[in-house]
Amino acid sequence: MGQLLRLGLVLLLAVLGGCGRDSGRSELRFWAMGRESEVLAELIPEFERLHPGVVVKIEQLPWTAAHEKLLTAVAGDSTPDLCQLGNTWIPELAALKALAPLDARIAASAVVRPDDYFPGIWATNVIGGATYGIPWYVDTRLLFYRKDLLAQAGFASVPGTWAGWERALAAITARGAGRRFGVLLPLNEYEPLLAFALQQRTGLLKDDLTRGNFDSPEFERTLGFYAGMFAHGYAPPVTNSQIANVWTEFGRGYFAFYISGPWNIGEFRRRLPPALAGQWETAPLPGPDGPGASIAGGASLAVFRRSRHAALAWQLVEYLSRPEVQVRFHALTGDLPGRRAAWAAAGIAGDSHTAAFRDQLERVRPTPPVPEWEQIVTEMRILAEHVVRGEMSVHDGALELNRRADRMLAKRRSLVAEGVRL
Amino acid sequence: MKRSTVGLLFALPALLVIGVFFFVPVLIALCLSVTDFDIYALADLSNLRWVGLRNYTELLSTPLFWRALGNTLYFTLLGVPLSIATSVGAALLVNARAARFKGVFRTALFAPVVTTVVAVAIIWRYLLHTRYGLVNYGLGRLGISPIDWLGDPHWAMPAIVLFSVWKNFGYNMVIVLAALQQVPEDLYEAASLDGASAVQQFRHVTLPALAPTLLFVSILTMAGYFQLFAEPYVMTQGGPAQSTLSVLYLLYEEGFKWWNLGRASAVAFVLFLMMFAVTLVQLRLGREAVS
Repeated sequence: MGQLLRLGLVLLLAVLGGCGRDSGRSELRFWAMGRESEVLAELIPEFERLHPGVVVKIEQLPWTAAHEKLLTAVAGDSTPDLCQLGNTWIPELAALKALAPLDARIAASAVVRPDDYFPGIWATNVIGGATYGIPWYVDTRLLFYRKDLLAQAGFASVPGTWAGWERALAAITARGAGRRFGVLLPLNEYEPLLAFALQQRTGLLKDDLTRGNFDSPEFERTLGFYAGMFAHGYAPPVTNSQIANVWTEFGRGYFAFYISGPWNIGEFRRRLPPALAGQWETAPLPGPDGPGASIAGGASLAVFRRSRHAALAWQLVEYLSRPEVQVRFHALTGDLPGRRAAWAAAGIAGDSHTAAFRDQLERVRPTPPVPEWEQIVTEMRILAEHVVRGEMSVHDGALELNRRADRMLAKRRSLVAEGVRL
Repeated sequence: MKRSTVGLLFALPALLVIGVFFFVPVLIALCLSVTDFDIYALADLSNLRWVGLRNYTELLSTPLFWRALGNTLYFTLLGVPLSIATSVGAALLVNARAARFKGVFRTALFAPVVTTVVAVAIIWRYLLHTRYGLVNYGLGRLGISPIDWLGDPHWAMPAIVLFSVWKNFGYNMVIVLAALQQVPEDLYEAASLDGASAVQQFRHVTLPALAPTLLFVSILTMAGYFQLFAEPYVMTQGGPAQSTLSVLYLLYEEGFKWWNLGRASAVAFVLFLMMFAVTLVQLRLGREAVS
């Protein structure tokens, strides 16, 4: 017992000593995910040199657990000072009133200039008129395709319209004689359908974002276009887990088009056989009548409302937003920087694979900024799968999706009707 | 001190732990299930509404819940008998007099139980692959055309059952094995003297001796199979076309993905009531069969 007591005292003193030593310096807790969290270790020392007495503590979260961890932290009042946030999570955390609005700081900043960012990406950070995040790196979805297979089918370049693209898919599929498909649209991914749906002129939600707009003729046309690719046999009705290895299958020519994001540029370079090196390319998404929009993806840097070092956290956000730091960040990760200045400085778009992304990023659109969106878009995927498998007509699928969206938005509707500020 | 007080004192720590970590959370969950606790309520508790039994009535009128329930029942009705039959079969083989290297077989058959679901699920995904999988290769040798195990809504659940049975039968096998070794040898001797065949011996000696064990094993297995979650989570994510979505998976999505804790709590209580009812029925039937 005496020994235990002594051990306890020693521990207590150690803790007290630790507190005493740290009181002169500020510690910034920074939550980051995935590869970016590892790379930060190389960027932070320079910031700490510029700000003596500041220690940045990077806490790494795996992407798969990050969302739950963030919500739990909000519920338990243990949020960090700042965080890397997938920009689809911003509406949710803003609804939880967990994030600090940054508008005043942006207005006073010499570094963060909103007009240097891609407008569609910037818009994902603005909820109800307030800005809650600064784009760090960006992504979107577009076409990866086999140039050789497209040429064999008689097309010199990717058509820019839905109708033209469908013709190309038909030609490729017909030449494949059952062993080749025009495009791979995994049924467990909602992104391809979402990208096409974002191209429509009317929004995906209506009435002050309290009702679905999936019963509109425009959405029905989009869903019909998507389901048609399976019905015509241009796309195999498979999920990702049935394609053991996307790169191998792409290399074998099982499909000619694939809708994916910038991370796959590096993967395609690494994993495709050398003979195919010059045979694949990227292209912006076709739209209903000319080059179409796509999803505004990526991650932002956000400061938490409960942070006790908000000013300092903002300085770190500014530091990471400097064009020269963004260029270094791009060199370390391959992530596409959020700022046009960094693109120009690093000559990123000089490479043909990335140039298509530069083009597409000027035409990206945010998804509706409501916390229920993730759930709605998941239902969209599920119902699209039912339609593709022939269990529902396109019309019924669209109506059912609208019903479900309306049900998920019921609480939001009643709060808005009561005049609660969301 | 009275004897009963002493006994109570000894039981107190355990009771406290059960109370704090089981009954209190259950009570809170019960309260949650009659509210619309969601992300807005988490932001501001003034957005929390008392909704009475609406979570329950809405749940019972949601087709997805019935689908999840149907999937879970399908999995349980197919999986539990198959799993127990496999366990008994394996136990009989390992226990057979002619069997050699019993220790090796016992360990090998028990091994799937102690491996992690995630790791073996990845291997099973390769085994079940439509074009390159070993399972379809074997079926092809028998002249059966390839089955899209994890991609076809009709085959995904049987594939999950197959995987779960393989993963779990070793556990019950060990219990059955222990029970088999308790059966007195002279009963078999007497039976064979009376001219009973091997099948008759199994039917009239082994099975009655195993009955209490089988009842116990079937209750445990059923309770486990009703809580199907990890297998579809790693193998199919509830797909294709929600054919492997279980009740517990639905609860997880409602609660931890969408943060609808009110509705998730309602799912939990419905699941609990169902398991409770089925266990009661099983006990009643089991007692009759044993006596």
